[in-house]
Amino acid sequence: MKEFRMPSLGADMEAGFLREWKVKPGDYVQRGDIIAEVETQKGIIDIEVFDEGIIGELVIKEDDKVPVGTLMTYIHTSEKEVEKEPELVREESKMTAVQVKEPVKQMREPVTAPVHRIRASPLAKRIAAEKGIDISKVRGSGPEGAVIREDIEKAVQEKVTQPHKEIPPPIAEEIAPPSVSVQSYTENIRMAVAAAMSRSNREIPHYYLQTKVDMTAALTWLTEANRQRSSKDRLLPAVLLLKAVAKALTDVPDLNGWWENGLQRKKDIHIGFVVSLRTGGVIVPAIHHVDEKSPDELMKMLSDIIPRARALKLRSSELADSTITVTSLGEGAVETVYGVIYPPQVALVGFGGITEEPWAENGMVGVRPVMTVTLAADHRATDGNIGNQFLTALKQHLKQPEQL
Amino acid sequence: MNDNGTIITLTYREAIKQAIRDALNRDEKVFLMGEDVGRYGGAFAVSKGLLKEFGPDRIMDVPLSESGFVGAGIGAALGGMRPIVEIMTVNFSLLAFDQIANNAATLLHMSGGQLNVPVVIRMNSGTGRQLAAQHSHSWEPLFAHIPGLKVLSVGTHEDARAMLLTALTDPDPVIIFEYTSMLNIEQEISSEVQPVDIRRAKVRKEGQDISIITYGPGVYKTLEAATELSEAGIDAEVLDLRVLRPLDEKTIMASVAKTHRALIVEEAWQSVSISSEVSARITEKCFYELDAPVQRLCGIEVPMPYPKHLEDASIPQKDQIVAIVKKILQHEGV
Repeated sequence: MKEFRMPSLGADMEAGFLREWKVKPGDYVQRGDIIAEVETQKGIIDIEVFDEGIIGELVIKEDDKVPVGTLMTYIHTSEKEVEKEPELVREESKMTAVQVKEPVKQMREPVTAPVHRIRASPLAKRIAAEKGIDISKVRGSGPEGAVIREDIEKAVQEKVTQPHKEIPPPIAEEIAPPSVSVQSYTENIRMAVAAAMSRSNREIPHYYLQTKVDMTAALTWLTEANRQRSSKDRLLPAVLLLKAVAKALTDVPDLNGWWENGLQRKKDIHIGFVVSLRTGGVIVPAIHHVDEKSPDELMKMLSDIIPRARALKLRSSELADSTITVTSLGEGAVETVYGVIYPPQVALVGFGGITEEPWAENGMVGVRPVMTVTLAADHRATDGNIGNQFLTALKQHLKQPEQL
Repeated sequence: MNDNGTIITLTYREAIKQAIRDALNRDEKVFLMGEDVGRYGGAFAVSKGLLKEFGPDRIMDVPLSESGFVGAGIGAALGGMRPIVEIMTVNFSLLAFDQIANNAATLLHMSGGQLNVPVVIRMNSGTGRQLAAQHSHSWEPLFAHIPGLKVLSVGTHEDARAMLLTALTDPDPVIIFEYTSMLNIEQEISSEVQPVDIRRAKVRKEGQDISIITYGPGVYKTLEAATELSEAGIDAEVLDLRVLRPLDEKTIMASVAKTHRALIVEEAWQSVSISSEVSARITEKCFYELDAPVQRLCGIEVPMPYPKHLEDASIPQKDQIVAIVKKILQHEGV
């Protein structure tokens, strides 16, 4: 029997609203099935399971708001378990425990997303607890940004003087509105971006590298490739960029991972692709296993995921799994992006727009479509030399689009 | 002595001398022994004139053998006398350390409570007189480490005038640290002798914003710093530990619980010092009252240099106390 807990859908998530159970006790589920819809700051997310089995008791009710890690339901991994007496189950479960070792690991990953430790004085913490102040929402004015007594007292003051504004920005509490307006999602996403980016700037010593790539070969290849495809199957340049990043990460794996008590390299390459929302804010769905996908498969995934991201309708794994982020500001006049890393990741690759520029090569000057590629990387995890190797590899791959 | 409580001005040296004279007058079992305390009047002139006043039986010059005469003092205490043993400077106390740590401090315990050792050992201590690396020690932490001893530090003129008297009523060994650098300082005190409670630390100035905990020469420096800080709008509390063993936790914790911040100032080297102990106890007993990490300002960890400016630079000074307090309180304009 497995316990299924409220997953962390990104480092900045603290709690989620269970909006709807998609299963009932006794239902059979397998890996990848959607069992619930959970509402977070980033919209309503489909929650997937990572085990095969029978759904047990539904521990939390619809419209409950619970912290990350709260038990939601049980998944009986062997059918017999459901009926059997606990005594008899013991031997059986030993066996299944061995069998399901792999899925357990994968299920754990999103659950144990890092909890950011709040820097606060012991006194501030004590008063906050006594007065019912959420210390994570208080801005620290003490040394190194620590929350000190004064900050808590101010927060208490504000709470007393504004009794009507009891609804904190992230998630409207208790009132449980059946559908939160677009306006408040926009605000929530703004707050989520603010929290993640503030944390990034506070904690991550960024270093930046940049290079320019002659995109002639890539664009030529793309035009050729698209000539043979129907208009709805056409490849976007983003596909090439993602493929090239995935390949460069295979060459230089140190940039693909998380910083959690040291650099944790990830075997799988899940690229978080920054999608701007029309209402403001960004959302970063993970494109899974980019290295294993063909350009066409990747294009299909993008066509599916980008509209869903814009509609705030993503799956849990798509919010929590990214191992690196790619941002592409291809449409405006911007040539260079200096990114802010999304914690706990350790790198962000930025693509600027493609512009025609004079380009010297082999002693000749010509006009070429040129794109600036930047890398923002976590200096705790890697040094400039690794970044250099990565950008060099990336440039090389973009020059040989047929290999992608 | 008149008891009408008028204000008199006297030096720290004179205050100690009056305390010794008072003790000799009060109890005939009390006598003073030490190197040059008699005919020479004391290496720092603390006992000048007392030989003439009390005679050689009660003001006793001893040979230059710390282990010998401290041992003799312990023996006299065991025999029912109330000796005041003066060790000329704290540096020489290391030669008598065996007598103090292995005899004075242990006999009550090892005799199953039969043998009290009511000896009082005074020593001149600390820096500030350009006496260089072998004569400027702050050995308070060494003595405060030893169970069986009471260790006192004389940080003010009131204590110089009266601490000895309370120490002599204690049935067990008491070590008193006096400070060479303070001997010539003049202060006004009440002529009425107030008994000093040698179990309690003393708040020398009340305040709300931070507890500055100190002892010995740190007391006046810290009080000066507190005056300067009050001009900047910072209300510092100054706590004189006064008794370094056993520490008066109650008074320390009450102060920190009020101000929520603590700075410990001492001249001794920082590592394994009185401030280490106080800091640890605050964290153990008072953690949830703290609004800032406990900070320490201690002697620089070098053998004491001879040149005046380097000697001054080796120990906490008023300006540093002011600066570190402003930093802890994030006071603007630091």
